[in-house]
Amino acid sequence: MDASLFLNAIAAGILLGGFYAAVALGLSIVFGQLDIVNIAHPAFIVAGSYLVFALNGGFGLDPVIAGILLMPIFFAVGVLVYRVYYAAFERTGRESLAGLAFFFGLMFVIEVLFIIFYGVDYRLVEADYIGKQIEIGLVGIPWRMLVPFCAALAMTGAIYLFLSRTFLGRAILAVSQDRLALQLMGADPVKIKQIAFGIGIATAALAGALLIMIGPVEPTIGRLYIGRIFAIIVLGGMGSIPGTLVAALIIGLSESIVTTYIGPSWAPTVAFGFLLITLAVRPQGLFGRQ
Amino acid sequence: MRFFRQLVLAIAALAVVVAYSPQVSAQSGKPIKIGFSMALTGVLGAGGKSALIAMEIWRDDVNKKGGLLGRPVELVYYDDATTPAKVPAIYTKLLNVDKVDLVVSSYGTDVIAPAMPIVMRSGKVFLGLFGLDVNHKFKYDRYFQIMPAGPNPAQDWSRGFFDIAKEKGLKSVAIAGADAEFAQNAVKGARANAKQDKLNIVYDKSFPPSTADFTPILRAIQATNPDIIYFGSYPANSVGIVKAANELGLKAKLVGGGMVGLQFAAIMKNLGPGLNNLVNYDFWVPAKTLKFPGIEEFLKKYQAAAAGKGVDLLGHYLPPWAYAYMQVLGQSVEATKSLDDKKLAEYIHKTTFNTVVGPVKFGKNGEWATSRALMIQFRGIKANNLDQFKMEGTRVVLKPDTVKSGDIMFPYKK
Repeated sequence: MDASLFLNAIAAGILLGGFYAAVALGLSIVFGQLDIVNIAHPAFIVAGSYLVFALNGGFGLDPVIAGILLMPIFFAVGVLVYRVYYAAFERTGRESLAGLAFFFGLMFVIEVLFIIFYGVDYRLVEADYIGKQIEIGLVGIPWRMLVPFCAALAMTGAIYLFLSRTFLGRAILAVSQDRLALQLMGADPVKIKQIAFGIGIATAALAGALLIMIGPVEPTIGRLYIGRIFAIIVLGGMGSIPGTLVAALIIGLSESIVTTYIGPSWAPTVAFGFLLITLAVRPQGLFGRQ
Repeated sequence: MRFFRQLVLAIAALAVVVAYSPQVSAQSGKPIKIGFSMALTGVLGAGGKSALIAMEIWRDDVNKKGGLLGRPVELVYYDDATTPAKVPAIYTKLLNVDKVDLVVSSYGTDVIAPAMPIVMRSGKVFLGLFGLDVNHKFKYDRYFQIMPAGPNPAQDWSRGFFDIAKEKGLKSVAIAGADAEFAQNAVKGARANAKQDKLNIVYDKSFPPSTADFTPILRAIQATNPDIIYFGSYPANSVGIVKAANELGLKAKLVGGGMVGLQFAAIMKNLGPGLNNLVNYDFWVPAKTLKFPGIEEFLKKYQAAAAGKGVDLLGHYLPPWAYAYMQVLGQSVEATKSLDDKKLAEYIHKTTFNTVVGPVKFGKNGEWATSRALMIQFRGIKANNLDQFKMEGTRVVLKPDTVKSGDIMFPYKK
């Protein structure tokens, strides 16, 4: 076996997995912890890509910095979306089917808005490091993948620490486990959930920046990621932040190794096959609780 | 004051009557409806929308001259979102509900093929826009395809690429194509050309169109050490491939082939010098050998119409062909003085049409009688400059010899 090929396949898989983690993280909070099937999450990611494109093209801002700057705005949008969702569906107990339709509709609205304002042409960003790579021994690491990986790792770490070490974070975890108990403690589950939803949408801003760094974006490209994102969340164990990261790395690694040694067209099959086997053996996912 | 206001209104009304009277008198009667689905969103949305602009320019040009058969032309279209499953319903509606007089296709193989059974059942003439080898299985004698792929489209399309390889004495080839209709047709033709030229195929695999990172694929190809790498890819894939190829310093002597997207202004501008020395298909580029009557006038109109619409700003790739396939239809209607599909099909089969993309003659299977698929090489591209692509010399035509504008820079990477 060619050592260089193997090591590079591992490196590429880890980097790709990091990117997948960034894309799945927000939905892991929203779907995994709040039980809200936000099918529009990839559309928010694409919205992040377009706004990063605007900041990069208009002001020459680095894509990652632009993504971070957009996070508070996305947080506010997330809070607003949750308020509407809560008032229209959750409060009346119609969140299952009507809520799903709401997020489907939201996805189409976001896509159409970007088609109207930006057209359907492909959009890309520029940064000095895109197109270069660093060599470490036998392994070549493209900056285009390394920067998203580092940003994804930092974002995952920050959210993990926030959820596990702060009062608000623990309240978010509590609302996902026992809403009534949280109410009895004097906390308002709706407010906690709207903050959690806002955080989930805020991650889409940075994930969008990473998406447009890796490849070109058009308004409907988010749909390509829906399957992968849900697979990662389920594999990781609904709502587990470390589980999301580990699952994303597993999917990324398996795709890269299968692509290198068997063939790229087998990559999704093997990755999703791995998901099925894991769920058969451990239905709650890798880091999920019984 | 009141008299003055009435006088101004009277003059304005007269001006409107004078301005519109020739067109009104020339275009009496019901409009001729031309129906189609178009990829206005989705993977091919960028191209589809630019095609629509070109078709609207044609409609306006024709209507300004009095329409077809003295009747105004109206375009009736729906967005197919580059989704093959949507296409049959759209054409059923166009034919049965909208009662269109003529039909043309959407943009791209994947959305043309699903329209074929519906159109064939109605017996309509069907003009295709960039469908690769769609008629191979249908064998419909009223299908005509404007992309100059040639009588054996799948193979002729990449023939120029393999002719270059042959001239340079290259021996081994790696082939990688996206798992979708067009790309698979393209790699099927490439495979046939490779076998015909007795090349050693060292890698031959497909990849999902949703592939996010191409580095592992290119490393796997690199490990087989091929002389030639042929890709059949869609725009997002093509960008990923070019970026990964430059990052890892892909070493092969001839790289490119059937990469969609490397003809689009936004993508060319972003990839910039990363494109240098790639050899890829194209259908029209600024070159002395490709200056056909009307093309520059059309591009001026297109570029003015495209500004601010979020579509391809140059319009070199698809728009001239979208205009040309409408020219073929329009010229046929005028010549036969009929909307009868049988008469139209017979006329199209026997005629050479003068269009903005040059003379067009269809063969028996509805494809071009002779291939004019270009193999161009990107040359001396600089960063962040769209205007350079309007100049001759940044995309040099290598094949076919009849329209060649320069010699190849070889190899791809030293």
